[in-house]
Amino acid sequence: MSERESGEILEEHATLDSTLQSVDKAETIAVGAAKHLGITEDDEHEIGMAVRECMVNAVVHGNRYSAHKKVHLSVRATPDHIEIVIGDEGSGFDLNSLPDPLAQENLLRQSGRGILLIRAFMDEFDLHQRPGGGTEVRLVKNFSKQ
Amino acid sequence: MSVKLGTRQVGDVTVIDAAGRITLGEGASAFRDLIRDLANKGSQKILLNLNEVSYIDSSGIGELVSGFTTITNHGGSLKLVGLSKRVKDLLQITKLYTVFEVFEDESAAVRSF
Repeated sequence: MSERESGEILEEHATLDSTLQSVDKAETIAVGAAKHLGITEDDEHEIGMAVRECMVNAVVHGNRYSAHKKVHLSVRATPDHIEIVIGDEGSGFDLNSLPDPLAQENLLRQSGRGILLIRAFMDEFDLHQRPGGGTEVRLVKNFSKQ
Repeated sequence: MSVKLGTRQVGDVTVIDAAGRITLGEGASAFRDLIRDLANKGSQKILLNLNEVSYIDSSGIGELVSGFTTITNHGGSLKLVGLSKRVKDLLQITKLYTVFEVFEDESAAVRSF
């Protein structure tokens, strides 16, 4: 019986520094948890990409690389899906303030595509104010059948 | 692993061979610096070969766009060749397939300039 069939649930939590190295760490943690339960390569890639984009937003835009601010990562993987929560300690963020990266006038903008990619790769995306300040993002991906 | 970038000439076309990951940080900035350098040296025809690029994030995509804009503003053109399915998917998701000319074959890409 594979881990996916056994009903195993994996949870990981980490408090990470606001650095680009933390982006790599978060990807490793999240993808590692999902891989342990057996997922397709495509799912692995998409989870990794979504986590990286969220982490970059938290580190760069939320915490602005501050050595005094942390990024909070939680991962919960079941045989059917993975839920990832990433929270920063920044000043908060209004999703509606983002320009539409698919609008013709924005196609040549250098940045602003991270959330578009996250939504493309994950089945659920929720962004809200974190208790105590900052932004928290919750992602869910339902695993593909093998 | 960051990105490795090499250049070669095919006629008057400068081909950039990229390998590895083009992501926020070293990878994206190395690409940006190379494009700027080529633009300043007057390279008008640039073909970016992404055949060995295993991973590109939104920052990497941003540098491709920025490179495109830089070269176009200098009166030249930047085209793409050798995209993996994953990179093609990213260009589709971001609608950048409507911006870049993308080729499967290098010879055809070079002839198109």
